[in-house]
Amino acid sequence: MEQHPTHTHTEHQDTGTKEIWRTFWILLGLTIVELAIGFYMYKAGLQPGFFKNFLKGLIVVLMLMKAFYIVAYFMHLKAEINNLIMTIVVPLLLFVWFIIAFLMEGSSYNSLRNSLDRNHNEKSTAPVSPEMKGSKETPSKVTNEKPAHTE
Amino acid sequence: MAQTVPMAQKWWSGGKSPFNTEYGKLMRWYFLMSDAFTFGAFLISYGTIRYSSNGWPDPNEVFQSFPGLGSGFPLLFVSLMTFILIMSSVTMVLAVHAGHSNDKKTVIKMLVWTIIGGFAFLGCQAWEWSHLHHEGAWWGMNPFSNADGTQSTTNFTNFFFTITGFHGFHVFSGVVINIIMLIMTLNGVFERRGHYLMIEKAGLYWHFVDLVWVFVFTCFYLL
Repeated sequence: MEQHPTHTHTEHQDTGTKEIWRTFWILLGLTIVELAIGFYMYKAGLQPGFFKNFLKGLIVVLMLMKAFYIVAYFMHLKAEINNLIMTIVVPLLLFVWFIIAFLMEGSSYNSLRNSLDRNHNEKSTAPVSPEMKGSKETPSKVTNEKPAHTE
Repeated sequence: MAQTVPMAQKWWSGGKSPFNTEYGKLMRWYFLMSDAFTFGAFLISYGTIRYSSNGWPDPNEVFQSFPGLGSGFPLLFVSLMTFILIMSSVTMVLAVHAGHSNDKKTVIKMLVWTIIGGFAFLGCQAWEWSHLHHEGAWWGMNPFSNADGTQSTTNFTNFFFTITGFHGFHVFSGVVINIIMLIMTLNGVFERRGHYLMIEKAGLYWHFVDLVWVFVFTCFYLL
């Protein structure tokens, strides 16, 4: 707890501040690209398909890059020694398995339920009548009365 | 801390800290890691439910209002919120940086900016929540239909309010921590102690809040 900084370099401060602003511009740039892709997907009215999934994957890659810059430069994890970095990063690799396993589980549940539960399939693929759309009372009532799903 | 160490240093043979850092900061990292798993679990369950649903509302149709401008501006308000949080992250890291050179005045200035940024973000979130609530959205109530025009379930609003609410609570506690840091700095506690390492630990928490927002923002507004 009581470790004292042994040295304070004034020339270090300038490079440090420069690095902070450089990281800021990178984060801002990545965010703008993300938003541009998101806006394009909306404006172009893309239908679900390979291209849309590709763009979404691109957004996820940009998101991970932003996360890297925040953790490495704002939280200074890059400046820590390797032992510390490994105790933080290695456990987080569990997320790779979590994401794959749970999303596959979700889509498997979806296809099983669609094929086995005809009532669910019909209900969830029938369009809402236009007067219900946008009104405040009816849809929320309907969703409240619906029996809760098992999820 | 960032002392340079010889490559052949034997960290684990006793006599020194194997992580070359103070206890508080190490424990802060482990806390943040566990918190990352909490948020990860939330977001993955959101993803699981979304994958198991036939339809899902289009975020561009749901989140398209801007205060004073009305509706029809998808992504605009959330861009502002993201910008505010990135900016406050920058001022926080500048405060940490000034703390390294025991520059009390800059630490105070940057902490004040960080706190202002935190309140601005919370204000934005409060506006968005109350706006959605006026549109009839809340836990257990979903006025929006799916992107393909089918009836949506309350899963959408439940996840949205739970996860952004949990994140907002983190922002709020981060602001409280930063205010405590500001008071301690003003009282000269760190000056007497001779170092501003406490600011660094508060900074870690604040950056984590920003980090989580990167994921929440992407998952709810862009994907």
